[in-house]
Amino acid sequence: MSASASTSALRPGLPALFTGFLKIGLMGFGGVGPIARHIIVAERGWLDDRGYAELMGICQALPGANTVNVAVMLGDRFRGPIGALTCLVALMAMPLLVLVAIANIYDAVSNHPLAQIALTGAAASAAGLILGTAARLLTRAGLARWAWIMAAAAFLAVGILRLPMLPALLVLVPLGLVAASLSARRV
Amino acid sequence: MERGVLGQLAITFGAISLMAIGGANAVVPEIHRQLVDVLAWMDAPTFARLFAIAQAAPGPNVMLASVVGWHMAGTTGLLVATLAILLPSSVLTFVCSRGLQRYRDNRIVRIVTLALVPIALGLMLASGLVAAIAADAGVFGYAVTAATAIVTYRSKVNPLVPMAAGTVVYATAWALGFV
Repeated sequence: MSASASTSALRPGLPALFTGFLKIGLMGFGGVGPIARHIIVAERGWLDDRGYAELMGICQALPGANTVNVAVMLGDRFRGPIGALTCLVALMAMPLLVLVAIANIYDAVSNHPLAQIALTGAAASAAGLILGTAARLLTRAGLARWAWIMAAAAFLAVGILRLPMLPALLVLVPLGLVAASLSARRV
Repeated sequence: MERGVLGQLAITFGAISLMAIGGANAVVPEIHRQLVDVLAWMDAPTFARLFAIAQAAPGPNVMLASVVGWHMAGTTGLLVATLAILLPSSVLTFVCSRGLQRYRDNRIVRIVTLALVPIALGLMLASGLVAAIAADAGVFGYAVTAATAIVTYRSKVNPLVPMAAGTVVYATAWALGFV
């Protein structure tokens, strides 16, 4: 199936949306981003590359996990509010079941010292996962100097000084918006 | 008591939902602050372990809220916390989706993205730091954190691979008496 101008002609129905996002949720071990793109663009042909990039751009500018926002927007675009709800439920269903299974296993073995140690190691490693991902994204985002300063300020305020996030964002976001509009005007 | 916890889960994660630029990976420090410092529901290592469980499960990163809800109040807690972190941001996305389709105002989207991406990345880095400290895994734990970070930064391998390796290495070091 080629993803081209015909994309909007074949609007997927609710069952197709449901199975698509069910698959994204289930296959997204270690992050749903890449698998979401694969299924939406390559496998189902719901959007072409450009359409997906545009959608992703909007989703990044909104709070919430990107894939969750993609599910809401795509569901609404194709099938209205029911479509958005369908995609959201489908995306979350399998991961939540897996999560409950993992949590129950943890509960069953949590009195065993090895289980505690393993999970402590997993926690240390999971922190490294986030650090490595953040570092990779930071170095590849092609940030301007003001953007590096914004990133550093956010890291300092919330990571080092441990300030509450709401006041930190109420200062950082307006500053970022001013800097972004100034730099956009210059281009 | 039960209702109090559920209500608090809804309020805490409902508010965090709207601050989660780029998802839950930006708000780990705030979730930590709320659960460990403000509400005193758990100690830092417990929080770090729940964070690890959420990372190991498939699906969007907002599931950190789900596992916290489950830890505090079982299946009901899981559902309440999940809905709380999903609903506000999803409603906002839904409203914006319709508004943007109507106006096609790409300029605003571009500027907002330009402004938020660096903030989100700075917050993600802060999340990693806070999670590493919360794990409380000692010097060897920091070594595991650093090694996982370097592998994740350098290779495109599925993140679960370095995480599984880090877990095994740490448990082995413990068994050999290094930790």
